[in-house]
Amino acid sequence: MTVILNQSFTGISIGAVLLLIALGLTLTFGQMGVINMAHGEFIMTGAYTTYVLQKSISGAGVSLLVALPVAFLVAGAMGALLEWLLIRRLYTRPLDTLLVTWGVSLMLQQLARDVFGAPNVQTHAPDLLTGNISMGGGITFASSRLFILGLALLSVLVLTIVLRLTPLGRRIRAVVQNRDLAEVSGIATGRVDRVTFFIGSGLAGVAGVALTLVGPIGPTMGTNYIVDAFLVVVVGGIGQLKGSVITAFALGVLQSVLEYSTTVSVAKVIVLVAIVAFLQWRPQGLYTLRTRSLA
Amino acid sequence: MTTITETPPAPLSARLRVPGAFVLGAVLLLGAAPLALSDFRLSLLAKYLCYAIVAVGVSLAWGRGGLMVLGQGVFFGLGGYAMAMHLKLADAAATGETLPDFMQLYGTGDALPWWWKPFANPGFALAMTVLLPMAVAALLGFFVFQRRVKGAYFAILSQALAAALSVWLVGQQATTGGTNGLTDIQGFFGYSLDDPVNQRMVYFVIAAVLLLLMAAARQLFVSRYGELLVAVRDSEERVRFLGYNPANVKLVAYVVAAGMAGLAGALFVPAVGIISPALIGIVPSIGFVIGAAVGGRASLVGAVLGAIAVAWAQSTLSDAFPGAWTYLQGLLFVLAVGFLPGGLASLGIVLRRRRTRTPATGETA
Repeated sequence: MTVILNQSFTGISIGAVLLLIALGLTLTFGQMGVINMAHGEFIMTGAYTTYVLQKSISGAGVSLLVALPVAFLVAGAMGALLEWLLIRRLYTRPLDTLLVTWGVSLMLQQLARDVFGAPNVQTHAPDLLTGNISMGGGITFASSRLFILGLALLSVLVLTIVLRLTPLGRRIRAVVQNRDLAEVSGIATGRVDRVTFFIGSGLAGVAGVALTLVGPIGPTMGTNYIVDAFLVVVVGGIGQLKGSVITAFALGVLQSVLEYSTTVSVAKVIVLVAIVAFLQWRPQGLYTLRTRSLA
Repeated sequence: MTTITETPPAPLSARLRVPGAFVLGAVLLLGAAPLALSDFRLSLLAKYLCYAIVAVGVSLAWGRGGLMVLGQGVFFGLGGYAMAMHLKLADAAATGETLPDFMQLYGTGDALPWWWKPFANPGFALAMTVLLPMAVAALLGFFVFQRRVKGAYFAILSQALAAALSVWLVGQQATTGGTNGLTDIQGFFGYSLDDPVNQRMVYFVIAAVLLLLMAAARQLFVSRYGELLVAVRDSEERVRFLGYNPANVKLVAYVVAAGMAGLAGALFVPAVGIISPALIGIVPSIGFVIGAAVGGRASLVGAVLGAIAVAWAQSTLSDAFPGAWTYLQGLLFVLAVGFLPGGLASLGIVLRRRRTRTPATGETA
């Protein structure tokens, strides 16, 4: 029983990380059908922002709290810049965007290497988040994992509120559902795209802050997460918040169960096979936007 | 009313005509290069030509078929490992051992894993270098294309496959050599690879395979199938309405491209002497595509020359200025794919169009 509980908590916390990194992606991918490979580097930006802030502000707890909004702004600004410079020119060629943004991601990685050095850097987790919280009966939750879970759920909540209840959210949903109709209704789709990209990339920055608690910070950290994040988006259904949430936790639990019963590498392969099988059943992902288009 | 005229297929003699460029390429690769280059440079060229062989397949699947094949590293790796496993076993047998050297180091026991055993047979290993990648591609492609998973979904799935294989190989240190891969390969079907003469022989094999595959791919491009493939790329639904099954058309391109990548991997092993997970993961898999993108994905010669040029630039520049090369590589992606989607092969057409367009717009204005 203890093993099952601990294992499912591990799964849920893997799921929370997946959710955090996929959340921004599902927004930008869904909005524009654009595959942004530099998303991983925006995560890296968030992580390095935390590192820099911790160097300049003493107190790990304060710097982490300050890092959350700052990372959102820094990564968001980079995303908006990328959208303005390159992506808006490539809307008609979404597949080519993948390669172009991969090029951008290579350059950003090298930039990080030149500025911060190739080896990984360390941040200190605040004392509050270093220990374990014991639930009795041998069940312990790492508090950093609980923090990430909370942050992921909070991000989902805020994003849902923004998308459902604000004028901006209404415009974003309108553009996702029917770009042409939104445009003739007087929505400045170009501006909505840029704001969406800002929010999506900013969320990657927030994910980066959270990841400093559980993993190393290095120039190639984005690459480690990007494929998993894309798989979550693909399985959940592009542009579907609900789908991403369910998928992230499902994949997290599946991965942790498989890792427990086999090895990390075999678990990865099995998860991939499961995803291909799942796409047989639902080629458009868990939740789909109903359209009449053939494509 | 529009009349539909059927264009008759080109006469057989025209379709089999050997283009001058092909002869020139054959003379350069098989004659001039071995005469002009030192042993060291020739072995580097052999390595680049392996990447060019992958690019032939990329040109077919991506350039003509519109399939974003981001996981060619998987097939390159399967071919490479199949070849390297045989060569390691042959090396071990030559020194009287039963196990390859790395297995004695980290091995789980004295027994050879069952799936290594058939690779002692050279015929089986050679067949597997091509058949294994094709089988994996056929399996994945069949399921994926049948259900009309395409575009970005397909690109991401093929990329995830590359990630999964390299992670799996790293994890199985005892039987695959782990992160180190299969290294230190001494012989190639009885010929010692330390001998420069035999290295030259390997070069000739690779160059000949490249030329043959280019000729085969060109025939495929101009065949009815080639036209159908382009049609699927440009308007899949119309092809479906005409009564073809686009899934099968795409499957053939994907499987053939996988076979070519497997063969390239198999030839890479004797040329370079190593195959490792670092050569087949996500990053090298995207690297296989970039050469074709720079040279011109839909143009066979463009893709091949692009792959050779990018590989040359990488090994030349990354030694001298490692950081600068990464920036340049990133910039190549952005400029070539973003602003010149036809690659350098289309540069002439783009410039000519621009030159003719300027007076034309002047007239209408």
